[in-house]
Amino acid sequence: MNEILQIKLLGIFSLGMDLGWALLMIPLLPLLGFLLLGLFGRKHMKQSAGIFATLLLSGSAFLSLHTAYGYFFKYGKLEGVYQKIIPVQFTWLQFSPGVSIDLGILLDPISVMMLVVVTFISLMVHIYSLAYMKGEERFPTYYSFLGLFTFSMLGLVMSSNIFQLYIFWELVGVSSFLLIGYYYDRPSAVAACKKAFIITRFADLGFLIGILILSFYAGTLDFNTLIEKLTSTESAEFKSIASSSFIGISALTWALVLVFIGGAGKSALFPLHVWLPDAMEGPTPVSALIHAATMVVAGVFLVARLFPIFSMSEAALKVVAVIGIISALFAAIIACTQSDIKRVLAYSTMSQIGFMMFSLGLSGQSGEGGLGFTAAMFHLFTHALFKALLFLGAGSVIHFIHSNEMKDMGGLRKYLPITHITFLIACLAISGIPPFAGFFSKEEILLAAYHHNVTIYWIALATSGLTSFYMFRLYFSIFWKKEYIVHGDAHGEGGFVMMMPLILLSLGAAAAGFIPFGNLVSADGKVLESVFHLQFSIAPVALGLIGIFTAMWMYKKQNNRPDQIAHSMNSFYKLAFHKFYVDELYLFVTKKVLFNLVGRPAAWFDKNVVNGLINATGNSTVFISEKVKGFQSGKVQQYAIYFLAGVIGLAVLFIYIWK
Amino acid sequence: MMDPGLNHILFISTALFFIGIFGFLTRRNLITMLMSIELVLNSVNINFVAFNKYLWPHKLDGLFFSIFVIAIAAAEAAVAIAIIINLYRSHQSIDVENAEDLKF
Repeated sequence: MNEILQIKLLGIFSLGMDLGWALLMIPLLPLLGFLLLGLFGRKHMKQSAGIFATLLLSGSAFLSLHTAYGYFFKYGKLEGVYQKIIPVQFTWLQFSPGVSIDLGILLDPISVMMLVVVTFISLMVHIYSLAYMKGEERFPTYYSFLGLFTFSMLGLVMSSNIFQLYIFWELVGVSSFLLIGYYYDRPSAVAACKKAFIITRFADLGFLIGILILSFYAGTLDFNTLIEKLTSTESAEFKSIASSSFIGISALTWALVLVFIGGAGKSALFPLHVWLPDAMEGPTPVSALIHAATMVVAGVFLVARLFPIFSMSEAALKVVAVIGIISALFAAIIACTQSDIKRVLAYSTMSQIGFMMFSLGLSGQSGEGGLGFTAAMFHLFTHALFKALLFLGAGSVIHFIHSNEMKDMGGLRKYLPITHITFLIACLAISGIPPFAGFFSKEEILLAAYHHNVTIYWIALATSGLTSFYMFRLYFSIFWKKEYIVHGDAHGEGGFVMMMPLILLSLGAAAAGFIPFGNLVSADGKVLESVFHLQFSIAPVALGLIGIFTAMWMYKKQNNRPDQIAHSMNSFYKLAFHKFYVDELYLFVTKKVLFNLVGRPAAWFDKNVVNGLINATGNSTVFISEKVKGFQSGKVQQYAIYFLAGVIGLAVLFIYIWK
Repeated sequence: MMDPGLNHILFISTALFFIGIFGFLTRRNLITMLMSIELVLNSVNINFVAFNKYLWPHKLDGLFFSIFVIAIAAAEAAVAIAIIINLYRSHQSIDVENAEDLKF
């Protein structure tokens, strides 16, 4: 089969376009923006770059919505089960008749949902940046990077093939590197982007090995075939991967844990989270994009994509769940102590991603047991909305006050009324207060946890209390606390362009919870009836409210209660304030242990042994030639003597020795 | 009075050969060195002729060889003198001590 581009004509689009081309346009439009703006932006599109990129992306957002509508309501379902459709597929690298790497587009509920999330959040960020980044020197470059980022993430979620996903996965890494290091003249930004890239790249090594193990046993890279082969206990592939083991753990578990390490690196899960807070050095809208729609949810998406295989290995799921809950609690504790508002938000992202992960880790494959899967995807969806809103709101605060520090803020509600209201909605949503979006998704996660693992349930419950505490600590510190005194010329809230995304997102954060998500996304494609138990919701909501009121009591007015409490938990507070010294631990391990024990001996070996050998060859050649060169003196008669001596020597040889 | 035998002639040719070598190694004037080479060549010629006459008197190979050597010596002298003239043009001297630019 050597067809180059085989696109099935499904004939679903009424616009005269078929599905394949429309789907291809979704990632290709941002790519086009990236190419055009990257090549010509700085010379020819200095002013119009933002508008141009926004228009392209709104085209792609429209197509995504159209696709989602079509998939969920028209053609996606076959006999009550959502199908995995591959509308576009072509062979890319044909190694041998049996082995090839294909490129294609895979539509299933999670990829369609991610398409909508990514394009919508990215569109909001594009619009918001029109005002936020206005007047920047590298404005077109910024938009071209945004285009690349969106393209990579869209490609990632649509991949039909694990190798293709890996390509886009790395592209996401590169584009986040570019965006975090956007202010390349700041040393801290440069350090942050390097850190993000190196840590995620390090984790990706695990991912790559995982891919190789999976594809080695399954003999394919294609998602559908891979899942099909590795999920039936009868198949030869499954038997071989489950029976071969390394250090007492089956190859399947190894592969999945390695894949999960890659996901944990991108999703900033403990202990690979250290890049995430530093990534706040990028422009604030970029943080919104990284935290809400791209990059960090890529890890969750990866686990969800391979979920049927994960569900075959109890141990791998357990790893996912444990790492998830540790990250959730760990990040929530740190978030309570940080003073940089973007860092608080960063840790809250990490905490929420932890929620999604353990929810996936606790999920079963089908029916009622698959609640965790649906809950995780639901939370991913609602989290994208309110986290983007929080970051864009924080951006608007930073835009107004030119500082990230909480102590410079306070009493801003009069100056930033729209930001204030939308930020409040987002805080309520993330705290899980009904009827905002976060309530529904978090409720499902907790329910799933309650059914499968009670220990995790209690930790998650405590974490959700902490979540509402630190979010409202942030809220009260920014908007209440003290009277803000305007010095100099205070410009108002950003204009309509900056407020519109906030308003749209806050509508989403308020109402998205009412989407019957179980009908759309579930582990096995069938409709999942989500049941709400009123009495079950009491505990989380009550804890949420307690968190809010504690925050109010401590931070609404200027007082010394926070200091007192911090003082009373002195050592623990310090530990949390310094992020449990994980960064220091990394530095210790790399600088002290790795550099001294591995780096230095290696450098010594290189300098002395390897270099020494090379130098010895060179030096001895020089030495010998110094000695020998005198023979070529330029004196003809000397040559004649040598010649004569040679002849006499030969004569002696012939006459007396070889008679 | 005794007829000169092969030994006598070989003695002369050997003497001639080493006189030529000595001249070649000790003279500084290129023309003289060229003349010394001619001595060496002539000693070889004498050898050829002598061996031919005393060992294989019915053959002419040695004579022919010496004629070849004479022809080649003439050609060699022409080339050598051309080189010497060129050297004189560039160095204003035909002293071999001055012609030692071609070295390490």
